Amino acid sequence: MNAAAPAVKPKLLVATTSLAGCFGCHMSLLDIDERLLDLIDLVAFDRSPITDIKHCSPHCDVGIIEGGVCNAENVHVLHEFRKNCKILIAIGACAINGGLPAQRNSLDIGDILAAVYALPGRGVQVPNDPEIPLLLNAVHPLHEVVKIDYFLPGCPPSGDAIWKFLTDLLAGRTPSLGHGLIHYD
Amino acid sequence: MSDTQETNCFFLDDEAIPFTPGQTIIQAALTAGKYIPHLCYHPEFKPHGSCKLCTVRIDSRTIATEDGQTIKIPGRAAASCTTPAQAGQHVESNIPELLDLRRTLIQMLLVEGNHFCPSCEKSGSCLLQGLAYALGVMNPHFPQYFSKREVDASHPDILLDLNRCILCELCIRASAEVDKKHVFSLSGRGHSKHLICNAESGKLGDTNFSATDKAANVCPVGVILHKRHGFETPYGQRRFDQNPINAHAEQYAPVKEQV
Amino acid sequence: MPPVHSDAAETRQSDVIATVLARYRHDPVYLMQILREVQEELDWLSPSTLTAIAAGTRLPRARVEGVAGFYHFFHQRPLGRYRVLWSDNIIEQMAGSGDLMGRMCKKLWLKPGEVSPDQLVSVDTTSCTGMSDQGPAILVNALPVTHMTSERVDQVVALIRQKTPVSEWPADFFKVDDNIRRRDLLLGNQMAPGDALRAMTDPQSVLDAIKASGLRGRGGAGFSTGQKWDFCRNAVGSGENPQHYVVCNADEGEPGTFKDRVLLSSFADLVFEGMTVAAYVVGARKGFVYLRGEYRYLLGPLNAVLEKRRQSQLLGKSIQGRMGFDFDIEIHLGAGAYICGEETALLESLEGKRGVPRKRPPFPVTEGFLGQPTAVNNVETLAAAALIAAKGADWYKAVGTVKSAGTKLLSVSGDCQWPGIYEYPYGVTVAQVLADCGARNTQACQIAGASGLCVAPDEFGRRLAFEDIPTGGSFMVFDNSRDMFAVAHNFAHFFANESCGFCTPCRVGTSLLCNALDKIRDGHGGEYDINDIWRIIRTLRTASHCGLGQTAGNCVADSLQKFRPSFELRLNSRDFEPAFDLDQALSRMRDVTGRDDPGAHFHLDHRKSKQGIGTKLGDPA
Repeated sequence: MNAAAPAVKPKLLVATTSLAGCFGCHMSLLDIDERLLDLIDLVAFDRSPITDIKHCSPHCDVGIIEGGVCNAENVHVLHEFRKNCKILIAIGACAINGGLPAQRNSLDIGDILAAVYALPGRGVQVPNDPEIPLLLNAVHPLHEVVKIDYFLPGCPPSGDAIWKFLTDLLAGRTPSLGHGLIHYD
Repeated sequence: MSDTQETNCFFLDDEAIPFTPGQTIIQAALTAGKYIPHLCYHPEFKPHGSCKLCTVRIDSRTIATEDGQTIKIPGRAAASCTTPAQAGQHVESNIPELLDLRRTLIQMLLVEGNHFCPSCEKSGSCLLQGLAYALGVMNPHFPQYFSKREVDASHPDILLDLNRCILCELCIRASAEVDKKHVFSLSGRGHSKHLICNAESGKLGDTNFSATDKAANVCPVGVILHKRHGFETPYGQRRFDQNPINAHAEQYAPVKEQV
Repeated sequence: MPPVHSDAAETRQSDVIATVLARYRHDPVYLMQILREVQEELDWLSPSTLTAIAAGTRLPRARVEGVAGFYHFFHQRPLGRYRVLWSDNIIEQMAGSGDLMGRMCKKLWLKPGEVSPDQLVSVDTTSCTGMSDQGPAILVNALPVTHMTSERVDQVVALIRQKTPVSEWPADFFKVDDNIRRRDLLLGNQMAPGDALRAMTDPQSVLDAIKASGLRGRGGAGFSTGQKWDFCRNAVGSGENPQHYVVCNADEGEPGTFKDRVLLSSFADLVFEGMTVAAYVVGARKGFVYLRGEYRYLLGPLNAVLEKRRQSQLLGKSIQGRMGFDFDIEIHLGAGAYICGEETALLESLEGKRGVPRKRPPFPVTEGFLGQPTAVNNVETLAAAALIAAKGADWYKAVGTVKSAGTKLLSVSGDCQWPGIYEYPYGVTVAQVLADCGARNTQACQIAGASGLCVAPDEFGRRLAFEDIPTGGSFMVFDNSRDMFAVAHNFAHFFANESCGFCTPCRVGTSLLCNALDKIRDGHGGEYDINDIWRIIRTLRTASHCGLGQTAGNCVADSLQKFRPSFELRLNSRDFEPAFDLDQALSRMRDVTGRDDPGAHFHLDHRKSKQGIGTKLGDPA
């Protein structure tokens, strides 16, 4: 067995990304304002729009994902996060139930693209470049694709909600929001 | 409340609750200021017991085994809105098993319909949402159905968004019992059960529905909406922004003597 | 027939509706019968038909539409001149109904649930039609055709193609055998019509005899019949016209049961006599038989028996010359809803409403049909009551066990040599029944239907009696070659199809359970899904409004406990699997873009679903 645990907790490695989301949840993360400085004492950011690191390190502690899963690339990124993060958090309405992008689910994606890419007199030309990730038949919340450990609802969750959630988590407590912080809108 | 009647008591989570004969468990509890979660129950209507959020356990027992351990034998589960209160009854409501059950029921409703709160005019004063907050429902858990449901804008004053219908039947009851119009009914069954309007076209605009009907003002969620009104109360000041749903339980107490 | 918009069609429509409405005196209580008879004439219930019926019965149109939308056998879109429904019971599936239906659809160029473009025919499935001793069976325009084989499928297809009216199809197609394999007190009785009535001296003595006999309800719940009649007899009717009613519950819908079919086919007099005995005791002047829509073909013969009884003074005014003993019986047809076997849902349906179970209390004995005291009894209970009225309590009670007097009819089907009806004294062991019906290498018995108990071989010594395994009579046998996962899967779908949808746990829970089992069947299940299944079952059991929901998870729970490997062998991993097929989720875009490059697929190492496990590999040598 190892010797006693180090007296000072090492910084937790946090990765974040936005899939089919609007980055609003990331904006809200920045809304914790000066508490960011406290946060930086506790965590280091790995793959994230904040750092511009493109892929997760193999041993991330926490993955925070906003947005639902709407295309093939989203699935690959989500798999990368699940593979490399010990704890995965779905943040925001889209990650949790599909949100705004999922409003397309009542329509057939073929019909939607046919309407969008119809050019006057030139028929329908849906882009088919292999570089472009294919859309899924429907938009799905994260927990339908991989196991998600925690959910932080809101559209977006407020900075206060995010702060409470993260401080609970970083202190080793099961996060609990309570009245006023838990919101679906 | 009649004071000539002798007051009986039952116990809700070990607290004595007085009741008048004929009251159901939830009616007596709410009158006494004790909240029991509910969606299809409404203080002005006869309870009908379909949402099952108000499920309680009645008369659980604890027995001692030969080796000195105690075992709890759960009492019968029943919808507290339709179960008559009885003197001496021991009712459990705020226990982990039932809180978990209620979360599951909320999650079932959340995946059955399309509840996209950020775009809903009722957000902030929606009973389904408010109850989900109070129970700490952080996600819908089950796979979403993404059911295809109709939006009916045919009526000049009312919009009907069936994506959010939780089939509590309050509008049906209000239209039949108060408005005497029978504008709404249910068709289909099981998972395909849905609300219908009293017109051959199926459109609300072809019924005699009016924005002043009781049925137009009783929906606990965001199905029956008044046109040209929406998002009028700022975020932070809406009903359940101010107080959680379980505060001031008396507001849900039956408004008139119901026997 | 295609919806024709000619004057002639409109005239015919309004004539038909007017005639049917007049026959039922425009009484909204008869809404079910009005809808059925109008549909039998017009093939479907169009929006304008529903409007006319609403106007004629002075009901809100939405209520009429709501009733039409509740029952499987009412349709609000044209389903063709020939409407074929395959019984979807697991027993008939094991006998090959799936392939046969596939063959029929292929030959008719149809998909299940679709109507042919010429509006000639539609093919679909329905819940068990009560023919599992002679299946696979279908209903063609509400008439049963039994013993379906590929030859018979081809013949039926040919007859439909030639547009031969169903009334001119070969008579042997419609032959329904009783298949009585063992007779005892009831099936061996030698009573003549009226014997029980002649033996009655006064209502109290008859009630005392029924009580003393220990007769308990044969539908499965086992409430004391004497007590029920006593409560009903003592209850006071309400309103201007207080009445008592007797209702015979012939909505035999539990998968795998067909004993009431046999009783109503060959012992109808005894059943009606039992109703008359009940009426004598509780003081009813009117009785109803709630006959399940699947047994529509029995309506004519049953009405003939009733007419004969009226002529013999066994029904009508002053029965057998007793002044003041007036009683008559009407047959009310259901329209495809298992839930109507629940007595309060049955009463709702009898009143012309959606078959949604009521709150209890009040119980039907005090507030039943139209709010009046009503005794609702199972077909078999009433037949037994007639026997007791004729032969006395001691004669009856001498057979059976202490708490379960008399005999029980079992509907035996599945993997055995002689499926059919077996009448046993209560207390018979599962092993005995299996031996008698010629079952070999039995893996499991599903007793009391989909909501009942799944019994594994180490329990075959258990007894069929209220003391041990209570049953309404369904007894389905599965041999070693069968896949118990498929059984659970079939039952789960049955409940989702039959849930009335009133309460949240049952409406959503039964459907979630199906989705979870579908996921496992398709090879995408994990331990996570098993946990979810337990959570759904707990919710169903605790919170459902009626017995349907409370027991809807039993079959899955039993098979998870007793036949767990049949689930585990299908699990893709021990942990988490996506809720949907990822690769399949790109299918529409592959269609639209024509792409098939590696980026257009997910290459996940999904193990193939375990085809072949437990599927029938031919009879063991």
